[in-house]
Amino acid sequence: MNASKPIIQISNLDKQFVSKRDSETVFALKAINLEVYQGEFICLLGPSGCGKSTLLNVIAGFSAPTSGTLIANGEPVGQPGPDRSMVFQEYALFPWMTVYKNVAFGLELAGKGGPEIRQTVNHWLHKLQLRDFRDRFPKDLSGGMRQRVAIARALAIDSPMLLMDEPFAALDALTRRNLQDEVLRIWEELGKTILFVTHGIDESVYLATRVIVMTYRPGQIKKIVPIDLPRPRDPNSAEFNGVERQLGELVAEEQRRREESGQ
Amino acid sequence: METNGAKLSSHKSKSGIAIVATSDPPMARRRNPFLFAKSLILPAVLILLWSFFSTERFRDLPFLKGTVIVDKLSNPQILPPPWVVVKRWIAYALPLQPFDKTQETYLQWLFSGELPIDLWSSLQRVLTGFAIAILLAVPLGVLMGASQLAYDFVNPSIQILRPIPPIAWIPLAMLWFGLGDPPAYFLIFLGAFFPILINTISGVRNVDSIYIRAAQNLGAKRLALFWRIILPAATPQILTGIRVGLGIAFICVIIAEMIAVQSGLGFRILEAREYSYTDKVIAGMFTIGLLGLALDSIITRINGYLLRWHRSLDQARN
Repeated sequence: MNASKPIIQISNLDKQFVSKRDSETVFALKAINLEVYQGEFICLLGPSGCGKSTLLNVIAGFSAPTSGTLIANGEPVGQPGPDRSMVFQEYALFPWMTVYKNVAFGLELAGKGGPEIRQTVNHWLHKLQLRDFRDRFPKDLSGGMRQRVAIARALAIDSPMLLMDEPFAALDALTRRNLQDEVLRIWEELGKTILFVTHGIDESVYLATRVIVMTYRPGQIKKIVPIDLPRPRDPNSAEFNGVERQLGELVAEEQRRREESGQ
Repeated sequence: METNGAKLSSHKSKSGIAIVATSDPPMARRRNPFLFAKSLILPAVLILLWSFFSTERFRDLPFLKGTVIVDKLSNPQILPPPWVVVKRWIAYALPLQPFDKTQETYLQWLFSGELPIDLWSSLQRVLTGFAIAILLAVPLGVLMGASQLAYDFVNPSIQILRPIPPIAWIPLAMLWFGLGDPPAYFLIFLGAFFPILINTISGVRNVDSIYIRAAQNLGAKRLALFWRIILPAATPQILTGIRVGLGIAFICVIIAEMIAVQSGLGFRILEAREYSYTDKVIAGMFTIGLLGLALDSIITRINGYLLRWHRSLDQARN
């Protein structure tokens, strides 16, 4: 669309909370400034406690920033909404709905007509190789399958951006690589903007156009690393390993700070 | 779906045979006959032992001879042997009058014995009181679970009333409703009401926030959140409350019948005791047990169907 206008614009954003342990004020996010453009694949990288998930939740509208401005799709973010669809680490599928119903849910809420819902749901089930599972309940699916359903559900509502919160952290390596490729294919085909939280360095190098490395408390942007490797990326190539090493050092510094703080 | 469900539960059956057999109709039909036979061993042993008490051989056991144990167990007034109980049971179940074509249809006659009438009296009382309890407790529980204001407003009264055992309500129930079915309905309702209410409240309150978030993210507003997320997510616990409630309702019907009414299984066993019909007391008790089992397995099946999506059906039921 419009390459000059960012789809997400974050300026001077702080998010504080009061620590339960010693009732001190902690900056989960501090002075975040970030612009994300249409079609980017952004990975938020850092050790746990660096605020990367908090940032995603703020963008999703699940929690409000303490101060600063946050504009997504041209509007200030208030409530959660279908213009910023989310894929959760815990899948968050509705267990009482079949696979089909889960994917159809967002479309029904949007007041779409029956034929359109059917067509869209079937399209996404087909795309994510879920056609044979449409009448199953989530409990009967493997972790990888569940995450496919969650992705189909997020894509079905055709949001311009996709927020993914460590979506593949609980999966085995092989399933993870399959789903990474699947997400890359969809991203390339549809030109969606993706914000992807991960603590996997190789995952971020494999996926991202830009990696945002975050610091451990206060959660700040430590460094933004553009990744220009050609696709499909080869995790065994020297270039890949070079970027991985560079990011690894940045993350390791923050990991050390985390350990020193005794968390 | 069906075949898949069966496959999954056969997987589980290694750990929980009884649960799977009652929960999953396709599985139950294909129940392993050997396992079923195994479950009959203990009842058979108990019945043999019970029969043994009325024999000469038992009375002559060297180490028991002349003791109070032999005295009691071999006395038919105290413990009649199983065949006597069965005979009485049959007599209790059969019609009292010979069949008269001019008075009634054959089916009416067939069910004119004491037992069918008692069974029906007890059953209709439980179901009526239980139905009233569900109709009042579920909406109130949903309201209290969803609205803090409603919770704060009603909860203190609930907490005061809840510890009063239904039995303690009997005098008041009789003063208010007299004798007959109404006080029984009231007691059964009271017994079932609180477990259903408490479970419904906690089911609604403890809906995992991840579902709420996911639904809001997909564009759900208040009404859709309530009907399509909160209510279904709370269903397992609401059904747990309903199952516990039914168990208590069943206790209450027997108690109510021993005090406030002149019919039903609870009334009958007390009446039989007054005539010293010990065999009839035991026959009545077995009837009560079988009715309770039947009610519980019906509700377990309904739960199993409603919760076919649920990951841990076994946990939800306990």
